[in-house]
Amino acid sequence: MSAPQYRKVTAFALAAGLGLSLAACSTKSDDDGASADGKVTITVDCMPVGTEKDLLANWNADVAAFQQANPDITVKSVSVGTQCNNPPDFTARLAGGTTTDVFYGYMTDLQQVLDSGQAADITPYLNKDNISTWDDVDPALKSVFTDGGKTYAVPVKNYSMGLVYNKVLFQKAGLDPASPPKTWAEVRTAAKKIAAADPGVAGYADYSAGNTGGWHFTAEIYSQGGQILSADGKKADFNNAMGKQVLQNLKDMRYGDNSMGSRQLLQWGDLLTNAAAGKVGMFVGAPDATQAIVSQFKGKYEDWAVAPLPGQDGLAKSTLGGGEGYFFKKGLTDAQIKAGLKWVAYEKLTVGKGQFDYPRAKPQNYPVGVPQPLLFAKDSATAKAEFDLRKANANVDPSIYSQFESQQLPIKGEPRNAQAIYAVLDSAMSAVLTDPNANIDALLKTAEEKVNQLLAAGS
Amino acid sequence: MAIITATRPVDRSSAAAPARARRGRKIRDNLTGYTFLAGAILCFAVFTWYPMVRGIIMSFQKTRRGVTTWVGLDNYTRIFADPSFWPAWKNTVYFTVLALVVGYAVPFFVAILLNELRHAKGYLRILVYLPVMLPPASALFLFKFYAYDPSDAGLFNAVLKFLHLPTSQWMQSPGATMPAMVIASTWMNMGSAVLIYLASLQNIPGELYEAAELDGAGLWRRIWNVTIPQTRLILGLLAMMQIVATMQVFVEPLILANGAGTQDSATTVAYLIYQHGFFQNDLNGAAALGVVMLGALAVFSAFYLRLTTKND
Repeated sequence: MSAPQYRKVTAFALAAGLGLSLAACSTKSDDDGASADGKVTITVDCMPVGTEKDLLANWNADVAAFQQANPDITVKSVSVGTQCNNPPDFTARLAGGTTTDVFYGYMTDLQQVLDSGQAADITPYLNKDNISTWDDVDPALKSVFTDGGKTYAVPVKNYSMGLVYNKVLFQKAGLDPASPPKTWAEVRTAAKKIAAADPGVAGYADYSAGNTGGWHFTAEIYSQGGQILSADGKKADFNNAMGKQVLQNLKDMRYGDNSMGSRQLLQWGDLLTNAAAGKVGMFVGAPDATQAIVSQFKGKYEDWAVAPLPGQDGLAKSTLGGGEGYFFKKGLTDAQIKAGLKWVAYEKLTVGKGQFDYPRAKPQNYPVGVPQPLLFAKDSATAKAEFDLRKANANVDPSIYSQFESQQLPIKGEPRNAQAIYAVLDSAMSAVLTDPNANIDALLKTAEEKVNQLLAAGS
Repeated sequence: MAIITATRPVDRSSAAAPARARRGRKIRDNLTGYTFLAGAILCFAVFTWYPMVRGIIMSFQKTRRGVTTWVGLDNYTRIFADPSFWPAWKNTVYFTVLALVVGYAVPFFVAILLNELRHAKGYLRILVYLPVMLPPASALFLFKFYAYDPSDAGLFNAVLKFLHLPTSQWMQSPGATMPAMVIASTWMNMGSAVLIYLASLQNIPGELYEAAELDGAGLWRRIWNVTIPQTRLILGLLAMMQIVATMQVFVEPLILANGAGTQDSATTVAYLIYQHGFFQNDLNGAAALGVVMLGALAVFSAFYLRLTTKND
């Protein structure tokens, strides 16, 4: 082949290859998940990542056992990161239409999922035939994924906030780990002692970046008895004595007592990394924060305990709650939706299987005894069975969570348009933690104006 | 008035045949070129022009419940009303100006210095270029955790303390946020600019410097009267590229300031687009912001090119 011919052939091959690969990218799969032999295939996300060896092995074993019990269903698993729902990735998948058939989302994602037009209405399928424990699932959790009388997801995880504290640092500071702070004033006193005992430690730490600051402001104003939005959801409702108290508490600890350390603008992973390294005395968090500290950030269970969320004049008036669920992609066949529900039921809502397979988790050093998720209605038979199995296989000291469990605080959900509001409130949180001269009244007024503008614009 | 058009009878079949043949030959002769061109055009069309057009269309639409409707200028009205809109532009312009002053001048003088050196030239060039080879996220995490640590343990604060100068809160201080971002960004990116300047400097005929020296010109005079005029084209081009790139600053606030920084002090337009698109369920608002930015950069580039072309 002569040189010019060779060049031409190369150019054609390149162009053809490029064209084909582009065509491949844009080709929409028209696979309805059913094969000629009547087998149904579903894709499911939130498979544990490779570094979580035990969890991944458990998941794969569950898939194999499920497929053996249901030979007509094939489950194809996809991993989407350790958190399962990293907001930017999740949004990109929704916008690009590349979610799996059965996909994981936060309770606050319902609006976004509906707007994207990607979720199927699964109301007609939600019954005991498809999920044997469905009648025992907490109705409050079901309602979170319901809009206009239609349900779009199955709840599989929930949490509520408390005060997570390091028992070792408490002891070092001369505090009694069995008697954690019940009010914000007590938190302040304890934080001061912890920081004084070890200058490299933050007695209390809090978020102020990446929208997590607004998230914690919300939990803390709930603890004061306040709220983020008015009852009709049309106006900001945090520029008041309770909102001021939240910021004042933080400012007092940061600059009055110098008990929060100098490193601020923390978000989720930053704070937990510091906590796992033994550099944080207390922080607001759900019981599963201890799991993250141990499994992701290599901390130790025995160092930690969780107490109910403190309030201004006693325990918190209410606490922030949230959770996650599995949505079903629009366009799935009846058989695929039923197969997906069957899988979710097996992996997430059956006592003794999947996430509730406590006998399996016990020897794996995966915590058994964490009081959440609490997916089943309090007095239901399934809730009791789950509690008994958890207790029988507990491998973490029950005293870690006993304080938290002893006081069930009222739970409030996240506000509408939560992420946009959190971004605004991050600013107020970061200001009181980085500026000794921060003007709390002005900060709250600005944040209120911004949130009202956002709400008026309907963003 | 009658219009008379005289037409000459043409034998279309006989005239068209050679024209077609000529065209065919021309296409065949340039087939390789056209094929390569097709690939490039396809790439641009799919990965640049289509998203651009799609973005412009989306900026006039709204998608709710899977239904997309035309909403006129609603998205634009909304993003202009966003409380972070003007701070984001202010920060972006501030970053761009600072980056121009620092990030543009420093590589030029580093290049002159490297060009003047007689020893260890290659070693120092590698050293200057090394940060470019680091992934931006890794480089920025180095700055975040080691250089900009607000405690006295931070590298910069330790140096300041050693020199008995006041320390800084760096990314936690609204006043220091942008300068800190520019320092990190300049360190990360100047290697490429230094190499381009070096190449350009080496093309300057040595006689010009000799003549200047004979005329008694000192170092600054030689830079001002020989180096800068001789590298004007490159300087102009890099200035435009730098401004366009720095106006789109995103990774720096995302990593160094965990997003918005203290009281929006790190929020840039590109970060605001990311917030709208990926956190606020507002892809249409993000598209509108993108179009505003595209417009601003297009106007700037046209103005700049016109200005520099005139001067040339």
